[in-house]
Amino acid sequence: MIVDINSEKILRDDGVNYLNCDRGWKSWAFTLDHKRIGIMYLAGILLCFLLGGIMALLIRAELFTPGKLYLTEDKYNEFFTLHGAIMTFLFLIPSIPAAIGNFVLPIMVGAKDVAFPRMNLASFYLWVAGAIFFLLALGLGGLDTGWTFYTPYSTTTNSTVIAATMGVFILGFSSIFTGLNFIVTINKMRPAGMTWFRMPLLLWSLYATSIIQVLATPVLGITMILLTAEKMLGVGIFDPELGGDPVLYQHFFWFYSHPAVYIMILPAMGVISELMSVFSRKPIFGYRFIAYSSIAIALLGFLVWGHHMFLSADSPLAAVIFSALTFSVSIPSGIKVFNWLATMYKGSIRLDTPMCYALSFILLFGIGGLTGLFLGALATDVHLHDTYFVVAHFHYVMMGGTLIAFLAALHYWWPKMFGKMYSEKWAKVACLLIFIGFNWTFFPQFLLGSQGMPRRYARYEAEFEGLHRVSTTGAMVLGVGLGLSACVLGHSLWRGKRAPRNPWGAATLEWQTGSPPPHHNFIGKPVLTDPYDYDDLVFDEEEGGFVRRRRRSGSEQEKPIKEPSIV
Amino acid sequence: MVMASTTEEQDHHGHGHVAHHFDSAQQQFDAGKLGMWLFLITEILFFSGLFVAYAVYRVNHPEVFIDARQHLNTSLGALNTVVLLFSSLTMAWAVRAAQLGQHKLLSNLIILTLLCASVFLGIKSIEYSHKWGEGLLWAGAYTYGSEELVEQDKSAAKLAATAVLGAPAALIAVVSGAILVFWRKRLSSVVRTLVAVALGMGAIYFVGVGIGIIVEVLTHSSVSHEPGDHSISQVAGEPGPGVFFSIYFTMTGVHALHILIGMGVMLWMLEKSLRFEYGPDYFGPVDFVGLYWHLVDLVWIYLFPLLYLIG
Amino acid sequence: MNSNQNELQHEEYDHHGLAHVMPVKLLVGVFSLLIFLTIITVLLAQVPLGPWEVWVSLGVATVKATLVCLYFMHLRYDRTFNGFIFLSSIFFVALFLALTLMDLNGPRVPLSGIE
Repeated sequence: MIVDINSEKILRDDGVNYLNCDRGWKSWAFTLDHKRIGIMYLAGILLCFLLGGIMALLIRAELFTPGKLYLTEDKYNEFFTLHGAIMTFLFLIPSIPAAIGNFVLPIMVGAKDVAFPRMNLASFYLWVAGAIFFLLALGLGGLDTGWTFYTPYSTTTNSTVIAATMGVFILGFSSIFTGLNFIVTINKMRPAGMTWFRMPLLLWSLYATSIIQVLATPVLGITMILLTAEKMLGVGIFDPELGGDPVLYQHFFWFYSHPAVYIMILPAMGVISELMSVFSRKPIFGYRFIAYSSIAIALLGFLVWGHHMFLSADSPLAAVIFSALTFSVSIPSGIKVFNWLATMYKGSIRLDTPMCYALSFILLFGIGGLTGLFLGALATDVHLHDTYFVVAHFHYVMMGGTLIAFLAALHYWWPKMFGKMYSEKWAKVACLLIFIGFNWTFFPQFLLGSQGMPRRYARYEAEFEGLHRVSTTGAMVLGVGLGLSACVLGHSLWRGKRAPRNPWGAATLEWQTGSPPPHHNFIGKPVLTDPYDYDDLVFDEEEGGFVRRRRRSGSEQEKPIKEPSIV
Repeated sequence: MVMASTTEEQDHHGHGHVAHHFDSAQQQFDAGKLGMWLFLITEILFFSGLFVAYAVYRVNHPEVFIDARQHLNTSLGALNTVVLLFSSLTMAWAVRAAQLGQHKLLSNLIILTLLCASVFLGIKSIEYSHKWGEGLLWAGAYTYGSEELVEQDKSAAKLAATAVLGAPAALIAVVSGAILVFWRKRLSSVVRTLVAVALGMGAIYFVGVGIGIIVEVLTHSSVSHEPGDHSISQVAGEPGPGVFFSIYFTMTGVHALHILIGMGVMLWMLEKSLRFEYGPDYFGPVDFVGLYWHLVDLVWIYLFPLLYLIG
Repeated sequence: MNSNQNELQHEEYDHHGLAHVMPVKLLVGVFSLLIFLTIITVLLAQVPLGPWEVWVSLGVATVKATLVCLYFMHLRYDRTFNGFIFLSSIFFVALFLALTLMDLNGPRVPLSGIE
């Protein structure tokens, strides 16, 4: 692509980009291009989301009636176990970092690739291997321990626990390598001039996420190893029959699994930070606060794992401490929400599809986060633990939070990844259906839980039937909405309009290069600017997107690069 | 293992090893180093689970631990500590050799490190087979002190365990030896050296086994093996000595696994070193593998007192 | 002749190379100290120290570990960030240990049911 320096108009575009520069399956299977790896991840996780989603619909269908509809209790247990495990390990954890982050991060940083491209590819294949192990567990059947694999049931039952735990172990390494790669890339490969506080906020959130991935996931790894050893050899660390302690397993498991939820939400928050600014056409409010709060969430997230164990662990002192610390984690999250709202205030808001998803996120994550406080308070948790209240809470934060932000990110960077624009109208219809369907499904579950409906039960008392029916109906609407958004995006690949370099008028580096980008990300060096300054970006009718108008003050970079922050 | 003088080695450099996505060799080296330190952190957190399990059981049942500890041979543990420390020295020295372009010295030091690792595993196998014979195993398989085991059975069991554990090393040695004898002419000098090293590793493993047996016999009297010696037996629901050995075997087992992986990586590195690929401009891999090896040593520095000395 | 050249190379690469080069004497010295400390810790284990045993053993182990980190692993001559992240990982291990121990310390207290 040849671009005129002054007007930034495209003079000639040979149409060669990372998607078509190399052909054949081997050029994908052995690629070291972070963009192709990101796309492969995207395809993989979306398939797993489909699988997990189908299981969810089957579960909700069964729960339409209090008695048996078509699933035995044992089969039901298998379904929710696999739904949870697939969604958590195969979809949510990798979603934004691996599928979106792998694609966007190096370009956003102005680099040609991540620090360790081969490790990146290895990361992907480890994910595939983990997925295969899970499919094995699914196919061989019988896994009914819940996604938490609590002992002593998991170590004494005759089901495919080992296939699943080995799958989790392998997936853990996939996650670790991704995090490691991101930390080194952000630390060592930023261009001169992009200091820590001139980085886009998505990078801050990915950095914080990577810290958690590197510190927490190994503990999950050793836990899975010990679980496997316990099953295969009878090592006995968690089995009370042999003198072991099952609560020790819970400590091990949750030391990872609580920070894991921050692995899921931090990248989502990073995406929202970007979108809030772009679609309000206003610099992000409180840049430093958002940056620091990302790190704070990552660190504080390690201090609260005991709140999953209020009803199983011993020490009241420990319980009180964990409860108090749990409240502290909500503070940085709250800070982010207020900064996003302040960004929108007096901004020039455009309700494009990514923004619709981003606004949904703020509401849904807000509800999810607030309901977490009920669960963090000891007195109320005694009643709410293991009820549908918990199920509703984590679906609001993980689905209403991470999934919605993932969809936002997908719709935002889709033109960049594939060079195609999707139908705005139908994408917004899908977003609306998803929003309505989601609340229809999960809000009743708060009510169910507070009225005493336990989780992981295939059969229930007649008094709960009404709310269950509402929830199941909502799930079908939600499914239609998700299906529609898939169709919208898929359709764009065939019939979508060609995407300009910068359809949204964003100021981060990836929008300076072609849509899709060339193999080496940039032709020439990108121009470093304030990532949240939109004054220079003007809509160009010919290209159908935004271009940067240089002022005639003579110098290359007219505006001195300042820190993108009002605070 | 002749160490050539440094004069003839100065001309060899690692050329053009900067990957396309890095701006400079320094950036590549710094990135690699940070990456390896991050990986070491994951290893620390990985082992931490085992240390936490150890601490929890020890704090809650100290008498079980103190009692079970006496079955461990402190001399063998100390010997292994010395071996690993020495291997850390050779590895750190190897990094220096790579930085100075001292190719022959570098290769020799890597080989020495590999041999130390083999000795370590050989000594370890004696510890493991001894426990196998005595029934001093993890909780699910703990049979020590039960009446059925006779002295003869125990010795036979120990021999069998030693043989099983030594089989891979024996296989490697025999196959390497066979390759060297029959296919010597067809191999390049680098491959020949590698096969010879593999043969050496297999052989030195048994030197370790031998040392282990000798030390075990010499210190036998200090380790009590009378069945009636400890009053604590396995009761369902209460941790017994089996739990100590669960932790012992998982900790030393995971550690030994890391040694094996390290040996594999070092062989890969040796091949490159024999081809003179490392030099002042490109020695990152040696440095980073060295860091990994030192971590393995660090874990043992803590394992040794916690398992062998306390109580 | 050899040692002179080694010295020359050492100085040269100190200023121009990708990283600091460890002098052999320092490496061997650290090794000797490590062996000495190993002997100390084995001897100390024979002395009955009661509750102090754990702390003494761990203390000596930590001194050894520090030597390995600073000299064999180069942290003394390396970028501070690498040492910082290494230490912070220890912090997280301590956190894991402390909170788990606090919870699992002592005999089980059964939760009474809600009437």
